Amino acid sequence: MSLRSNVRAFPVLLRVGFAEAVAYRAELFVWILTTTMPLIMMALWTAVAEEAPVGRFGSNDFVVYFLVTFVVRQLTASWSSFQINWEVRHGILSMRLLKPVHPVVAYGIEALAAQPLRLVIALPVAVLAFCIVGLDYLPADPWMWPLWIVSLAGSWLLVFALNVAIGALAFFMESSNKVMDIWFALFFVLSGYLIPIELFPPSARAVVDLLPFRYQIGLPVEILTGAYDRSGALWMIARQWGFVALFGALTAWIWQRGIRRFEAYGG
Amino acid sequence: MRRYLRLLFVQVRASLLLALQYRWDFLVEGAISVFWALTAIIPMMVAWRGRPAIAGWSFPEALVVLGWFILLQGVLEGAINPSLVLVVDRIRKGTLDFVLIKPADAQFLVSTARFLPWRMTNAITSLVVLAWAFAQIGRPPSWTGLLSAVVMLATSVLLLYSLWILTVSAAFYVVRVDNLTWLFAAIFDAARWPSSVFRGTLRFVFTFVIPLALMTTWPAEALLGTLRPGAFLGAVAGSIAFAAASRLVWLRSIGHYTSASS
Repeated sequence: MSLRSNVRAFPVLLRVGFAEAVAYRAELFVWILTTTMPLIMMALWTAVAEEAPVGRFGSNDFVVYFLVTFVVRQLTASWSSFQINWEVRHGILSMRLLKPVHPVVAYGIEALAAQPLRLVIALPVAVLAFCIVGLDYLPADPWMWPLWIVSLAGSWLLVFALNVAIGALAFFMESSNKVMDIWFALFFVLSGYLIPIELFPPSARAVVDLLPFRYQIGLPVEILTGAYDRSGALWMIARQWGFVALFGALTAWIWQRGIRRFEAYGG
Repeated sequence: MRRYLRLLFVQVRASLLLALQYRWDFLVEGAISVFWALTAIIPMMVAWRGRPAIAGWSFPEALVVLGWFILLQGVLEGAINPSLVLVVDRIRKGTLDFVLIKPADAQFLVSTARFLPWRMTNAITSLVVLAWAFAQIGRPPSWTGLLSAVVMLATSVLLLYSLWILTVSAAFYVVRVDNLTWLFAAIFDAARWPSSVFRGTLRFVFTFVIPLALMTTWPAEALLGTLRPGAFLGAVAGSIAFAAASRLVWLRSIGHYTSASS
């Protein structure tokens, strides 16, 4: 499993993954439709803002915030945790271990390969959003765009690392899907997915800043909706990548300890 | 009738015995239920902070809707979803044959095939939320309110169930509908807010097309004693009509079942 074989397999696996995503496009479409939570929250928050703006958020700001959240969720989605759980329990993982590509790399590429198709659905939503509210809501500072891309990449890596870490817990327990459930519940509240972090009371914000959740989705959304100036954004991105490094190391550790216990029953 | 009651008892008992093998799940499901309730309550606390009402609903009144939502979510995930996921799977694999040859109504058999009793933890959570809401309002619900709320619970369960029968009927034609469970759960999530939060087309859709308003907002209003009698009668009549229609669709669709290439 040398680095070279992994790198050489990359484009091929990406193509295979993309073909798979296209083959099951109807299913992918339904999956995308299941992430409508930001739109439900949008209904609540715009109703709230109708009487008086909340913080710096008026009705339109909420529309932009939650549509961007929807798009970012699409672009950082990963289901590797469920996949690993399933493959460990059914022993299918042994097939992956035979291949000269590291399984984690393969999971990552599969998740990445569905992205273009998700973009096809997410992009019209984004365009529609800015058609409704006008282009004034886009960041005025052109530097925010590259920073957004960096934060998006960080989010993707963080979400993926978490998925593999929790998925790899399946090596130790029968199923770690319930752990993922609890993580999801925390993620919903503490990441800016349901409530912009800015609207939390200050003491709660201080705590949320120290937790990984908000760097999963809140940060890219905030950068695009103008919550930070340049240095503020850079500082937050530095923290985000700190979390990426931390969880990357944790994931590698759990995976390595877990894979030794793998027995491929049922395979 | 007595035969079907006995059958129901047998099926429930089988699910119960199955669930008792995983006793830890009671605690885990309970914890998850509380966590998910918090994901709904915390945004509400932030939204209602410093304002008396949103879209005509005060915080405790909206909590009543939420309590109702948690209860119905438990019913959906504990009593309706599991059986129907099972039947979709059977349609795809062709093993529905074994159900059809049994001397009882097929719809009854497939709808009672599996229950997840630990999901009852949702009912406990919902009772806590409702108690908290009425403690804040400062008066208990009236007896008529309570009674009409119980009737509304029956109608909303009937509605949920009928929607599900329609989904399963679709499985006879399009086969792959198992991830529609998730889609339905995602749409049902919109029932956590009072329906007046939604505007325009969405409000129309959520009242008449996918009757979410009937499932959580109206029962909450019944409990609060603000539901119009007309709406109450309309909901009861509407859900019975809907159930009858879904039964007809089921009977027609099952005629299309051709078994799989087993």
